Amino acid sequence: MNTTPDVRMGKWEAVGLVAGREVKTRLKSKAFLATTAVTIVLLIGFTLVMKLVQGGSDASVGVAGGSTALEAPLKSTAETLGQTIDVHPVDEAAGRRQVDDGSLDALLVGDGSKIVVVVKKDIDGKLRSALDVLAGRLALNQEIVKLNGDPAAISQAVAEAKAVVEPLEPPFDYNGQQLVMGMIAGVLIYMSLLINGQSVAQGVVEEKSSRVVELLLATIQPWQLMAGKVLGIGVVGLVQMVAIGGFGLVAGLATGVLTISLSAAVGTVVWLIVWFLLGFFAYSLVFAALAALVSRQEDVGGVITPPLMFVILGYVLGISILPSDPGNHLVEVLSLVPLFAPTLMPMRMAMGGVPVWEAGLAVVLVLALIPALVWLSGRIYRNAVMRSGAKVKLVDALRAA
Amino acid sequence: MTVVAQRRLEIVGVSKRYGDVVALREMTFEVGAGELFGFVGSNGAGKTTTMRIALGVLAADGGEVRWGGEPITLETRRHIGYMPEERGLYPKMKVGEQLVYLARLHGLDAVTARRSVEEWTERLGVASRRDDEVQKLSLGNQQRVQLAAALVHNPSILVLDEPFSGLDPVAVDVMSKVLQDKAAEGVPVVFSSHQLELVERLCHRVGIVRSGHMVACDTVEALQAGGTVRLVVDAPNAQPGWADGVPGVVVEEQFGGRTVLELRDGADDQAVLRAALATGPVLEFSRRRQSLTELFRNVVSEHTPEVAA
Repeated sequence: MNTTPDVRMGKWEAVGLVAGREVKTRLKSKAFLATTAVTIVLLIGFTLVMKLVQGGSDASVGVAGGSTALEAPLKSTAETLGQTIDVHPVDEAAGRRQVDDGSLDALLVGDGSKIVVVVKKDIDGKLRSALDVLAGRLALNQEIVKLNGDPAAISQAVAEAKAVVEPLEPPFDYNGQQLVMGMIAGVLIYMSLLINGQSVAQGVVEEKSSRVVELLLATIQPWQLMAGKVLGIGVVGLVQMVAIGGFGLVAGLATGVLTISLSAAVGTVVWLIVWFLLGFFAYSLVFAALAALVSRQEDVGGVITPPLMFVILGYVLGISILPSDPGNHLVEVLSLVPLFAPTLMPMRMAMGGVPVWEAGLAVVLVLALIPALVWLSGRIYRNAVMRSGAKVKLVDALRAA
Repeated sequence: MTVVAQRRLEIVGVSKRYGDVVALREMTFEVGAGELFGFVGSNGAGKTTTMRIALGVLAADGGEVRWGGEPITLETRRHIGYMPEERGLYPKMKVGEQLVYLARLHGLDAVTARRSVEEWTERLGVASRRDDEVQKLSLGNQQRVQLAAALVHNPSILVLDEPFSGLDPVAVDVMSKVLQDKAAEGVPVVFSSHQLELVERLCHRVGIVRSGHMVACDTVEALQAGGTVRLVVDAPNAQPGWADGVPGVVVEEQFGGRTVLELRDGADDQAVLRAALATGPVLEFSRRRQSLTELFRNVVSEHTPEVAA
């Protein structure tokens, strides 16, 4: 005799099963694994490149004979111009050979009363301007000596004379490394929202176009299917973000490229993850609802483009304005608006200088928006997901009971 | 007999309209425990709509679906095995994984689900394809997997929309056997089909639906009893008009010695036999009941909505 099995199931058990399937499917997908691996490799590669660039100097110059006295003045001149020039004394003949084989960029020769440079073919523009400044200073010193002045005292007086700036609002001192981290954070969150958000949309349409949705909805409720899908893909996205952020952080700290404090670096990664979660849930709910309106994969792009534009716009604004102007007022305002916050806020947070109230307000606004999105998206999804064929109009999906 | 009462599926006065189009009008029927119920009707008559409402994937405007006398709920729906008209499975998921997933969504634990999937894939002849993606299977095998999906959770009710469409004769036999076995276990089985000979052969009871309304619903025998009775007589020497003298008999067609006659109420078939023997030898003399196909044509083409109840 047929015995009726016990099929009582908790509300969230079905959600868990759906999410579990999504996680398994994503983790098995070669495209997903490849994207994650490539991103990690790129990030580590970028760190190594930074390491090499950081360690080297802009130019290597030899000083010979009477010019040996110019070693210190050349270094200090280069420094005031923001260049690092490696200067060391050499024997003139050996120096000329080194210029010829390329191990020296330039060799200063002569008696040291004026600048005479030996180069292989031509001189690098930056090095040339440093040497020009040095030549000017040398000439000035010689004139001062002729007038019986003390070149050292005058140099010091000139060096000490600076414009006194009185800021009305003390500016935040942005750190170059944090700016770079902000840009990386921007790229990562943009990529992640784009890839994982689209996965949600495609997953919804896959179920609709393959008609499996009817079989599923004969067993579970629409909200369980939608929630399971969003949660499952979100968990995978989270793991991906933690892995990428973690590897990047370790690479940066291990190579010594990252010299900012550990807490600031970890803070950046934590905020990145928080904003990924907030942004992912807000956007993917919208993507899932809109994707339910269409029945074919070809039509997914059309319906999710409008909300996707906000992700793209936020990213483009952030990446083009913030590196040169991290305190930009427009970006500051937009980063509080929930539509743009997921892309702009993590970039600003990584760059530093965000007041606590702004960081908190942005989070609170998105958190407040999510329940509204859950309700709205749930309604659209429920009304549209079983209607296959032509695209369901958004107003119809909202109106239908 | 409480067990039997609990297993009765009832569709009571269900109505549904899509805008101005009436899809279902007071659709009412019931399927008892262990009963194979055939659901027939023209395309668009409302069979699929009825089944979707029973499964809760579509909301009715009025009426009720009951199971064991109680309105069906989300929990009790999980006991239904369903095969939608639009077949659907994840194309890129492996057969075995997919069936385990569906069984678990119906509330089975992982171990039971796996065991049940093994059992049903073997019984339906797709065991060797368990590790293949669904999209790599032939349509016939996909159909078998689809049936397995309706059965893996050991359902207490089966609702199958066109389960025989697109099946080869061997698969039709497999499907028929499975449906008969499930009915024998005491499960109410409802299926729709356009293959009326099959419905006539398999089903205990048949419901004929037209324009969203049940116009005839009874056992095949009872439906046939209400229809006309025909006689087939093969008398090689019979000339046209040989049966004209027999009261209550109308000759429908005569081809060579073979005559098909319609027997009116109260007509004596033995009188027909005597008249036939009078012409010479009689090779065949048989009573032919109306086939379901004829019945269906009559019922569906009639203009009055109620023919039989």
